[in-house]
Amino acid sequence: MKATLSNPSEARARALERAPAAVSVQDVSKTFRLPHQVYSTLKERALHPFASRTYDEFRALREVSFEVKQGEFFGVVGRNGSGKSTLLKCLAGIYQVDRGDLRVAGRVSPFIELGVGFNPDLTARDNVMINAIMLGLSRKEARAQFDEIIAFAELEEFVDLKLKNYSSGMGVRLGFSVAIQVDAEVVLVDEVLAVGDAAFQQKCFAEFDRMKSEGRTILFVTHDMGSVERFCDRGLVLERGRIVDMGAPEQITRTYAELNFGQLTEAVEDTDEPAREGAARILAAWCETGDGERATVSRQGEELAVCVEVAFSRDVEDPDFTLTFRNEARHTIFVASTQIREEPTGRFSAGQRATVRFAFENRLGPSRYTITPAVGERDLSHEAHAYAEDLAAVIVQAPHYTGGVIDMPFAVEVERA
Amino acid sequence: MSVEATTARSRGPSALGGGLRRFLSLTFTLAATDFKLRFFGSALGYLWTLMRPLLLFGVLYFVFTEVVRFGDDIKNYPVYLLAAIVIFTFFSETTARGVNSLVERENLLRKVRFPRMVIPLSVALHALFNLGLNLVVVFVFVLASGIEPRVAWLELVPLVAVVVVFATGLTMLLSALFVRYRDVQPIWEVVLQMLFYASPVIYVTEFLPDNIERKAMANPITAVLTQMRHSLIDPTAPTAAEAIGGGVRLLVPLAVVVGSFALGLWVFMREAPRIAEDL
Repeated sequence: MKATLSNPSEARARALERAPAAVSVQDVSKTFRLPHQVYSTLKERALHPFASRTYDEFRALREVSFEVKQGEFFGVVGRNGSGKSTLLKCLAGIYQVDRGDLRVAGRVSPFIELGVGFNPDLTARDNVMINAIMLGLSRKEARAQFDEIIAFAELEEFVDLKLKNYSSGMGVRLGFSVAIQVDAEVVLVDEVLAVGDAAFQQKCFAEFDRMKSEGRTILFVTHDMGSVERFCDRGLVLERGRIVDMGAPEQITRTYAELNFGQLTEAVEDTDEPAREGAARILAAWCETGDGERATVSRQGEELAVCVEVAFSRDVEDPDFTLTFRNEARHTIFVASTQIREEPTGRFSAGQRATVRFAFENRLGPSRYTITPAVGERDLSHEAHAYAEDLAAVIVQAPHYTGGVIDMPFAVEVERA
Repeated sequence: MSVEATTARSRGPSALGGGLRRFLSLTFTLAATDFKLRFFGSALGYLWTLMRPLLLFGVLYFVFTEVVRFGDDIKNYPVYLLAAIVIFTFFSETTARGVNSLVERENLLRKVRFPRMVIPLSVALHALFNLGLNLVVVFVFVLASGIEPRVAWLELVPLVAVVVVFATGLTMLLSALFVRYRDVQPIWEVVLQMLFYASPVIYVTEFLPDNIERKAMANPITAVLTQMRHSLIDPTAPTAAEAIGGGVRLLVPLAVVVGSFALGLWVFMREAPRIAEDL
């Protein structure tokens, strides 16, 4: 991969590499003690009021180590209960770590959730003041920034309305507007983008971009892979308190999808290994309609073909060609491979080029699909000769949206008794 | 690389850390909010703060002047009764609400880093706001019953301060213990009941036999109420020093106050880092 400095994201990545660490976490572990519920008679309890209690240990974080550079937008993803919030709480100073070293350069925002301490019986005005003070502003600062906060939340008309009369989206807007006033160099954000209407989400995104340009470091916990890919420079995936993957957003979202939806195809697993000088190279991949015209859009029910152009640099016997279709949520929807067919693909000699054409009737649900072609060894090793992540893409259109990832043709029979 | 210097090892939560200004403004804000919300939505609003001790006063006054006829022997009994109720109410309100204060603020404790001591202190401050309002009523009663203002009234300031320190110390202790031992609350309710009768709220210590009176004075509230009676209501009544049998012996109730405050502080400081996860 050759880096070009004209690419802004490449330049940013290089700048971040040189930046000092804003957060450095070394072998941090955190264990919670969960007391057992002891069911005993009142008599036993009275006789042994201080009988030893037993605990279950829950290891929320296990030897977690990572570093976040100054100015980096760092995503933390993982399934429910994987330790994301515990990690953020340790960073925020809400929990004490058991073992390990946790260092933060500069002021870290002291909260991990929006609208903490909001009271439904108080007006927006009072709540903003309380919340702002909770988050570390002085009374004076809170008063000075009050108008700005309300304006950002677009709640000028409702300042004196009690919070219980607010919609949940309005409450979150208010919480977000206060939170961005907090003067912190390291900002911790736990899942905020799921709420608020589209217009407000747009504003939040703009705010994140502003924070990024100010060089603030942001740690961002989310389940929304779209925002990980959109904002994060890097990220990590937690699973049962351990870091299972760390790196570029695309890599993170893939690992996360893998955790959630089982293993992806064999070809994808090979991505961890650096690109080798394989026996083949994938030159191009594209989609065609049934009559051989190149297309980026395919209509459901029509024939769809995917062509992969491969160049061989060594002699290869019976290689397998594989296509992996993934939808926008990075789920693997469909894998087409010559591997599952009995007939051999034949012999290819060094220097030879070939175009492999897969054709099928398009039964995919409407979405955007990316296609990853791969060329691999047929023998038991299935060693990949070549592999090109998301090389082609196709948008599937359908007359109606059913919500399913595929739309099978079906027959219905209703038998009346 | 000048930035490196600011890298600080991040610690967990503590009882007091994080800057005095934030500590004070947080304590004040929480107390003021509670005060505002306490009788929120009720028709009488803030007046309830005054009404509650007054209603209790009304009941006790009726019982002990009309039924038991017990107040007749005490000069200005109604005023004493009201003042004593107000002081005791401050003590019982602070500690009773203090017990579950940390558990009630679970949401804050689990989601924001702030000095944990803010919570018990805000409970005490809230009760102090109420005490201030109630003392206004007490003074109205004192003046209405024809007691002449005296310089000795100023003694009320250190007397109230002693009760504040005592109640705050116990609140720190009880709130920290309640996080782990939920038995603390029912126990403390009973203890408060006992303290109400063990303290000279409806009676005065003179009524007790000498040897019992001296022992009862070990209770700081008893000492405070006795001294208050002398300085605020009836100069001819015995001072706390007289009641306990010598000024030096006042060190005993004082030691109880200082000891319980120190114990409360120690326990709270020790528990503070883990409160959020033990909740």
